[in-house]
Amino acid sequence: MTSILQVQNLSKNYGEFTAVKGITFDIKQGEIFSLLGPNGAGKTTTISMLSTLYAPTSGDAIVDGHSVTKDPMGVRNVIGVVPQDLALYEDLTARENLIFWGQMYGLSGQPLKNRVDEVLGQIGLMDKAKDRVKTYSGGMKRRVNIGVGLLHKPKVLFMDEPTVGIDPQSRRAILDTVKDLNKQGMTVLYTTHYMEEAEELSNRVGIIDHGDLIAIGTQKELTQQVGETETLILHISENDDPAALATAFKGIKEVLEANVINHEISVITPSAKDVLASVVSKANERGIKIHSIDIREPNLEAVFLHLTGRALRD
Amino acid sequence: MLKTFLIGIKDLRLAFRDRAALTFMLAAPFVLTLGLGLVTGRFSGNANTGITNIPVIIVNLDDEQLGDALANVFTTEELAELVEPTFSEDAEAARLLVDEDQTAAAIIIPAGFTQSVIPSQDSFAAGNVELQQNIQIEVYANPSRPTSAGIIKSIVDEFMSRVEEGRVSGQTSILQMILTGRITPQQAEQAGLEMGERLQNSPDTDALAITLNSTTADGEAAQFDILAYLAPGMALMFLMYTVSYGGRSILAEKTQGTLPRLLVTPTNSTQILGGKVFGIFLTGAAQMLILIGATTLFFQLKWGDGIGVVVLVLAAVFGATGWGMLITALARTPAQVGSIGTAIMLIFGIMGGSFISLDQLPPFVQTIAKITPNAWALDGFTTLGLGGTLTDLSAPITALLSMGMILFLASVLLFGKKNLVQK
Repeated sequence: MTSILQVQNLSKNYGEFTAVKGITFDIKQGEIFSLLGPNGAGKTTTISMLSTLYAPTSGDAIVDGHSVTKDPMGVRNVIGVVPQDLALYEDLTARENLIFWGQMYGLSGQPLKNRVDEVLGQIGLMDKAKDRVKTYSGGMKRRVNIGVGLLHKPKVLFMDEPTVGIDPQSRRAILDTVKDLNKQGMTVLYTTHYMEEAEELSNRVGIIDHGDLIAIGTQKELTQQVGETETLILHISENDDPAALATAFKGIKEVLEANVINHEISVITPSAKDVLASVVSKANERGIKIHSIDIREPNLEAVFLHLTGRALRD
Repeated sequence: MLKTFLIGIKDLRLAFRDRAALTFMLAAPFVLTLGLGLVTGRFSGNANTGITNIPVIIVNLDDEQLGDALANVFTTEELAELVEPTFSEDAEAARLLVDEDQTAAAIIIPAGFTQSVIPSQDSFAAGNVELQQNIQIEVYANPSRPTSAGIIKSIVDEFMSRVEEGRVSGQTSILQMILTGRITPQQAEQAGLEMGERLQNSPDTDALAITLNSTTADGEAAQFDILAYLAPGMALMFLMYTVSYGGRSILAEKTQGTLPRLLVTPTNSTQILGGKVFGIFLTGAAQMLILIGATTLFFQLKWGDGIGVVVLVLAAVFGATGWGMLITALARTPAQVGSIGTAIMLIFGIMGGSFISLDQLPPFVQTIAKITPNAWALDGFTTLGLGGTLTDLSAPITALLSMGMILFLASVLLFGKKNLVQK
C-alpha cells in the first residue's frame, strides 16, 4: 500500500513549551490509523498542523502530494476534518449547516443538494434534517459534526476524539460510521484516549505522550513489546501508602514491574496466578487492605503503562 | 467573492433567527419611536402633521428688509400649523418667557442685522466687500422642549443659509458690474437694492435668496414630521447595536470552533473576514430598511426622497460597520465586544442626537459628535424629512463613507497584528 500521508519531523512550540516534538510517521492509503494518548499528549496539535490550521514550528507533512507548509490550500481540498468540539451553527438546521459547509468546499447546485441528502442518510438524520441543530441531542450533533467533514468526499478524514462526552449508543453509531467509511476506501486518522476505540478501529496505532510518538505499529506489534505478560491491578484504600507497597512488590521474584496509579498498583508479571499469593501476603504484612484485584491480558493500555509507567487516563 | 457573499448571507440568516438580537434590532427602536411619538403628541392630533403650534416669540430689532423677511417666514401659510408666532420688542422679556417655559424659543433679530449682511456704498467704493462686523441672530432655545426648539432653529438655519447664499451671489454680481464698468462704486448700493426688489417681485420664488425650503419635490406643501427625526434617531442608535452584534459574531465563531473549521476549508482568511464584514453590513441595512418600512406603514411617516433614503442608509450602515469592526479588532472576547458595543451605542446615541437634537448640545459636543455615524446620518435624514433630495446629502454621505473606510483600514491593521487564529 502506498502512503497517502507522510509526517516528517513535525514540531510545534508555544514559546518555551513544546507541544509536539519532531514526530515522524506515515499513513497508508485506505487504513485507519489511530493516535492514542492521554489528554494533553499533543494529538489535537498534531491534527491541527496536518489540517493546516496551525503552522508547524519545524518539519513538514505531505498529504496526497500536497505540503502543509507550502501548499495548504491543496491540502484543504483533499482532507475532511471532524474537530473535537462541535463546530456547527446551532441556529441553522442540519440541512442548512451541511449546505453552507458544502459551499465552503466549493460544492453548489444539484450536486450539492444530492450530496447533502447522501450525507444526511449516512449519519441517519434525514427525518430531522429540518430541525435546528440546537434542538438535537449531543449524539445527534456529533453526527452532524462528522457529516460536515464528509461532504466533499475527502481522501483523508481527520477525526479528533469524535466520541468525547456522548452516550454509548451514539458512540457505537460513530464507530460503525468510521468503519463503514473505511470500507468505502476512505483513509482515516483517528485520535483518541480510549484504548478500546483504538483497538477496535485501527489497522495501526501510534502512541503519543508529552508530544513524543513513543511507539507505532499494529496492535499485535505493540503488545509484543510488553511480552507475554499479564497485569494485576490492585485497588487499595486511600488511607494506605501505595508507593511503599509497590516497592515491596518489586522484591517478589516473578514481578517485572510495579507502578502506582493514584490508589491503584499495577503489577506486570509473566504469570498472575503465580504471584497472586505473594502480593496478598505482602499487603497483609503491612496491614493494607486490598479492595479488589483485576487481572488483565496484554493490551494497548498495558503497552502505554509499560512505555510510560502511567495509565492512559492519568 | 462567492464565498464572501455566502458567509454574509449565512450571518444575515443567523442574526434574524436570534430572538434576543431581533428584540434589539427591530422591536426596541420601533417601540421607542412609538413611545417618543406618543410623548411628543405625534399620534394625538392630525396624523400627518406631528408637532403643531410650536410657540415662538420673535423680537425684530432690525426692522429692515432681512429682519422683516425672517419674521414673515413664521407667518407664512406653510408654517401656519407648525408654529404659533408672537412678536415682541423686548429681548429680555422674550428670554424670560423661554426661561419660564411659556414658549419653545425666542428669535432675537438684532438691530443692524440687514446692514451687516448687505454692504454699504462705502464698502463697494473701497473695493472691500467683506462684512465689517458679524451680527448674528440669536435663537434662545428652551432646553425642556428640545424637539420644538430644534425645529425652530432648523427654520432659522435654513433662512440664514439662504441669506448667505443670496449675499455672496449679490456681492459677486455687483462687483462684476463695477469691474466691467457698467456701474460706478457710488451706484453699487442703489443697484443692489434694485436687484433685491426685482428678485422679490419675480414670480419664480425659487430665485429668491431668502425663502424657506418648504416644498417637496412634487410641489406639495411639506410639514416637518417630528417622527422624521425620532425614527431615524432610534434606528441609528440601534444600528450601532447591530454592528457590534455582528462584530461579536466574529469572535464568537472563534470560540464556537466554526472559525477554525472555516479556516481548514479551501477558503482563505480574506474571504472569511470579508464575508463577516459583508454579513454585518447586510444585517444593518436590512434592519434599517425594515424599520423604515414599518414606520412608513404603521406611522404614515414620510422619510423623503426614496433614492436619497436608500443611499443614506447604505452609507450610514457602512460607517457604522466600520465602528463595529474596530470594536471587534480591539476586543479580546465576544463579551467584551458586547459591553463596549452597548456603551458605544448609548454614547453615540446621546452624542449623535438620537435623544436630544444636536443643536441643543454644547458646541464641543457637537464637534465631537462628528465622529459618530448617528450625527451625520441624522443630519441627512432631517434634510430628507424637510424635503431635501440625494443632491443635498453630499456632506453626510461623504463623511459616512470616509468614516467607514478609515475605520476598516484601522481594523484590518489591528486584525493583522493579533491574528484571528493562533498560528
